[in-house]
Amino acid sequence: MSGINTLISGASDYFPMFVRKPAPRFVSESGNRIYGIVAEFSETPVVFKAAQQVRDAGYSKWDVHSPFPVHDMEEAMGIKTTKLPLIAAGAAISGVAFAAFLQWVTSDMLYPMVVQGKPFGAWEPFMPIMFELGVLFTAFACLFGMLALNGLPRFHHPLFAHERFYRVSNDRFVIAIEAEDPNFDPAKTRALLEQAGGSHITIIEEED
Amino acid sequence: MTARDPDQSNDARLTGHDAGSQPAPRPVKSVGGGKDDGTLIEDPGKRAPLILGDRSFGDVTDIVCGYAEAPIPKPWLALFTITSSIAAVGTGMILYLIITGVGVWGLNNQVDWAWDITNFVFWIGIGHAGTLISAILCLLKQNWRTAVNRSAEAMTIFAVVCAGIFPGIHVGRVWFAWMLFPIPNSNGIWPNFRSPLLWDVFAVSTYATVSLLFWYMGMIPDLATLRDRAQLRRARGLSRPFAIPMPIGTDIVVPFLPRPDTIRSFAYGIASLGWRFSSRHWHRYEKAYLILAGISTPLVLSVHSIVSFDFATSILPGWHTTIFPPYFVAGAVFGGFAMVLLLLIPIRAVLPNFSDLLTLRHLENMAKIILVTGTMVGFAYSMEFFIAWYGANQFEFEAFANNRVNPNVAPYWWAYWTMITCNVLSPQVFWIRRLRQNPLVIWLVALAVTVGMWFERFVIIVTSLHRAFIPGEWHMFFPTWVDILTFVGSCGIFATLFLLFLKFLPVFALAEVKVVMPQSHTSDDH
Repeated sequence: MSGINTLISGASDYFPMFVRKPAPRFVSESGNRIYGIVAEFSETPVVFKAAQQVRDAGYSKWDVHSPFPVHDMEEAMGIKTTKLPLIAAGAAISGVAFAAFLQWVTSDMLYPMVVQGKPFGAWEPFMPIMFELGVLFTAFACLFGMLALNGLPRFHHPLFAHERFYRVSNDRFVIAIEAEDPNFDPAKTRALLEQAGGSHITIIEEED
Repeated sequence: MTARDPDQSNDARLTGHDAGSQPAPRPVKSVGGGKDDGTLIEDPGKRAPLILGDRSFGDVTDIVCGYAEAPIPKPWLALFTITSSIAAVGTGMILYLIITGVGVWGLNNQVDWAWDITNFVFWIGIGHAGTLISAILCLLKQNWRTAVNRSAEAMTIFAVVCAGIFPGIHVGRVWFAWMLFPIPNSNGIWPNFRSPLLWDVFAVSTYATVSLLFWYMGMIPDLATLRDRAQLRRARGLSRPFAIPMPIGTDIVVPFLPRPDTIRSFAYGIASLGWRFSSRHWHRYEKAYLILAGISTPLVLSVHSIVSFDFATSILPGWHTTIFPPYFVAGAVFGGFAMVLLLLIPIRAVLPNFSDLLTLRHLENMAKIILVTGTMVGFAYSMEFFIAWYGANQFEFEAFANNRVNPNVAPYWWAYWTMITCNVLSPQVFWIRRLRQNPLVIWLVALAVTVGMWFERFVIIVTSLHRAFIPGEWHMFFPTWVDILTFVGSCGIFATLFLLFLKFLPVFALAEVKVVMPQSHTSDDH
């Protein structure tokens, strides 16, 4: 189900006119909806322990942004394993089935050709293309399934308004906790991130 | 460089966002004055460092992105002019072939596959190293692959581009090339799915597509890094104005054109799909990468196997051999790694700081792969010959003895012996430790192997075809100038694409290099 919800929320990014946003829980002094709070870290072990603390504090709508995939981070964050392998398996089966159908219908029914006196519908010569199309479909499902589950491409995001966030792609780690999280409280969340070792803790506003 | 506020340049230096800036080079180039850069440890208890010079994450980003962001260097411009001119000659030859007909090539009724298919198999074979490095070495958890995987994958795609040209144009009437694919048409004609040639169409197009997806997916985070750096420079007013590169003298500044950083943040921004380095995204990304590696592994092995079926399923002596699939796959890995080394050793020598990421140990590892696969290829050559004798088929034996090996009767004996010298004998120098640790020796062997692998395909295709069963059918093949220039042109296309990659895309897989750095560990105890 989480995958479907991600797809729906991803679509809502592109069609905001069809989506009614709930009233903001927190509003900044300038009257903008608050997206969340970010804290910066510069060491991998520190951000790893901080992620465990945020997970244990019971947050659910939050994320760790890191320049590379940190080993075991999904455990430290409590992320459930992705459904991507199921999508890939479905694609593999459809690729093989499509290749079998294509070759069997064309070689046995639409355009039977005598080649070395072999039976028209023999399955053996169909194997290589069944394999190839199975691989082809799986590869497409992997890339586009991964992007769809991640809600990408998405060219705008409240975090991109924060200049320090751009260092994540270089050498910094950022923990971002969203205001939509039921546990979110500007003061308490800030205290948690400070205690975990975060620096440059900033509130990020959404610009509607 | 325009005059800049002192605060700004300080800021730029501290954060490493100056376009094209490189961190200071590693102070000690080698250990103990010798050739060793500190990575050639043979102690099993010690792990050789993958990145030299105590580099931080920021240094690695600067090294890799610095080249993509620097103003166009003059040697690059000179090389690009040469290679793109060669590519234009090749394109002209293809055009000449299409408007005139395949008669401009040297092939004839007997030798009806010649340079075209030799070039096709040569290029598609080279294209095997990239996916082998990214997929098989990924599954085997060989961390040293991170130094070469991006450039090897790029090389794979460009080699497949070159390979794809030849089957397309050798069909004669190129405007019917769409009939290779099962497209519904008003004649109700469908392709013959029992033919290995059709399997080949599917295998090569699947391979090209999957390699491209793999390469692109690996590049998304690194393109996002380039996007962010361009965006930061724009925000801080550090962008250079647009300048037209000039071969001699200073570049001509064109103030009214968009600044390079503006173009970069849009182009890299669109290509990186809004990647924001989220751990939830990384989790799915790593899973997708693993599945892609898992399916690409049998794919790599299948592609050259299917290419070998083009020959092995015929009844022609010299082609009709069951050893072909493994023999072709080993040869493809062999030739592909040789091309990786051929390209990367000069780049490593020319560009400072690249030798921090691509160490002597990486080169030595690849030299060992060359030695292993070269010996496998040598075994296949001898096995082929042995079975031709042991199988007691006169035609099969004579296809080897009289068409290839014996200099007194075989017209193409020089091609066969070039192949043996380059492919079997030259890699044997890597048994000597000092030689396989010397970049120049590795480069020379890689060059010999690349030549030898081209001759291998020439030997298989032309020497088998030129003398079939009846002496009345015997016919020689000589290449025409169009044949030669088309092949040279395909090398130009390959080099041009690779130069573009080198200048405008991240040459190392940044995120993956950072994973193998010691700072990436989540606890201090390892």
